[in-house]
Amino acid sequence: MIETQGITKAYDKTVVVDNVTLQIPAGGVTSIIGPNGAGKSTLLSMVSRLLPMDRGRARVAGLDVSATPSDALARRLSILRQDNHIGSRLTVRDLVAFGRYPYSKGRPTPEDMGHVRTALGYLNLGSLADRFLDELSGGQRQRAFVAMVLCQDTDYVLLDEPLNNLDMKHAVTMMQLLRRTADELGKTIVLVLHDINFASCYSDYIIAMKDGQVAFQGSPREIIRPEILRRVYDIDIAVHDMDGNRIAVYYSANGLVNGAAGGAAGGHAPREIIPAGNDRVH
Amino acid sequence: MSLEIASRIVAAPRTVVLSRPLKRMLILGVLVAIVVVLFMTLNARGNWGFVLRFRGVKIAAMALVAYAIAVSTVLFQTASNNRILSPSIMGFDALYVLIQTMLIFVLGAQRAVAIHPQVRFLAEVFIMVAFAGLLYRWLFGKSRRSLHLLILVGIIFGVLFRSATSMMQRMIDPNEFSVLQDLLFASFNSFDRQLLLLSALLIGGASLAAWRIAHTFDVLALGRETAINLGVDYQRTVSVILVVVTIMVAVSTALVGPVTFFGLLVANLAYLLIGTHKHRWILPCAVALALIFLIGGQLIVERIFAFNTSLSIIVEFFGGIMFIVLLIRGIAR
Repeated sequence: MIETQGITKAYDKTVVVDNVTLQIPAGGVTSIIGPNGAGKSTLLSMVSRLLPMDRGRARVAGLDVSATPSDALARRLSILRQDNHIGSRLTVRDLVAFGRYPYSKGRPTPEDMGHVRTALGYLNLGSLADRFLDELSGGQRQRAFVAMVLCQDTDYVLLDEPLNNLDMKHAVTMMQLLRRTADELGKTIVLVLHDINFASCYSDYIIAMKDGQVAFQGSPREIIRPEILRRVYDIDIAVHDMDGNRIAVYYSANGLVNGAAGGAAGGHAPREIIPAGNDRVH
Repeated sequence: MSLEIASRIVAAPRTVVLSRPLKRMLILGVLVAIVVVLFMTLNARGNWGFVLRFRGVKIAAMALVAYAIAVSTVLFQTASNNRILSPSIMGFDALYVLIQTMLIFVLGAQRAVAIHPQVRFLAEVFIMVAFAGLLYRWLFGKSRRSLHLLILVGIIFGVLFRSATSMMQRMIDPNEFSVLQDLLFASFNSFDRQLLLLSALLIGGASLAAWRIAHTFDVLALGRETAINLGVDYQRTVSVILVVVTIMVAVSTALVGPVTFFGLLVANLAYLLIGTHKHRWILPCAVALALIFLIGGQLIVERIFAFNTSLSIIVEFFGGIMFIVLLIRGIAR
């Protein structure tokens, strides 16, 4: 289980994550959704000790992330951020092999190399294994990083927008893969997602954030609803039931803040709960 | 039967095919040996015992400096996750010169010179580590900063340190200034022999500290966040590296004065030549290149230009071009 207790992060006076207390159950796929600047990535970074928190504490599998030695945590928890810039010239296999560093400290055993092969196969990277990262497309590189994180073989896997740079086919494949990892290997997957429909179709649990706080949490059926999505995203979003999934349609949404779209009479939805001046950090 | 043996003979060489890094390292090793032998023997007239000892000390100093500059630049680039900055571009060696000047300025030349040179050297290194530690931890300790900001900060620090130095040099007594000049105008022809052994010890100690965390280098090069994810104690490791780098820069600056672009040149050539991300190969390759350039360059300066030009001018010329090329390529990317 991942627990946070009142964690807070502020830059100068801008509070990015505001006193969040949260429990993410072990096992399954949990998605964190919300508009830009809601504090999703910051929350994930603090839980994974990439960013120190100003206040509060976070525990993963009972380990306090601020107090536990980093290398012990690296065998329980892995995190992948959005843009990963690498200075050195690496092949895909080199990168994925780094996932074994917490265990082998740079001296991979045959068993480690077995894990590397499995991870490469899992993400369909076998044919690209010896290509250099800078020769790959953005999506292929993204998959290589995910392979590294899976190769780390931790119980908890945190991914910040893993669908970045992926086309439809690879996005679906990635979500299916994560779903399978959770189901077959019993891992706990936590994702930050922008595409709420992927969140709806693949998650067990959804956490909706807004303005640095958890606005709503629950099963996809509880969260993917027009009245809740409107309060999270400030636009009218229609939700349809399709083949047992709830699909949100927002491409021609009315009621944008500042009336940017649908200026016709009656197009404006009443704005609730959002006090003025809250639209920050983009 | 004979066919089998024949095929085995044909197949045998394949098992001893050398990997690319190993092959390149062997070539570099041979080149290092050649320049060392040439430097020791070329144009040697008179008493061999004297010539070998005289040139041997010179080579030892150059080897120390080559090692310090190469290792400090590569480690600095690994810790700061970039390939364009080097300690000297960030003003490390200007800081060292400033500290030397400040010592004379505050204590006065008489008292400063009265201090045992080795004690003074140690004190300078210590102050430098403390200062640089604070300054660069603040710069690199937090999450990744933009490269442009870092270059700008480095240039401004460099200018600040140099102007503070020259201001103090203007203010001190002319007699004291000449003492200071003696300290500052170091080169391979006039380095302080007394400091050689102490420098070797300091660099040995720093290398030992680096050796103990050597397994983290490859991981650190992946960037802060990936390194933390893989369980590297980032703050501690980067701090150790910065201390090691500072000591090495202080030693090399004390021995031969500042050389801005040399580290950048050898580090980037090493990345290019060795073609692997593994520091196990990059570090020795950079050191070998530094040895070849320094000793070979000094050889050319002494035997071809007959001391008419200074090695640092040649090195800075090529290093500066490399820096511009890297910047342009970085911007293009």
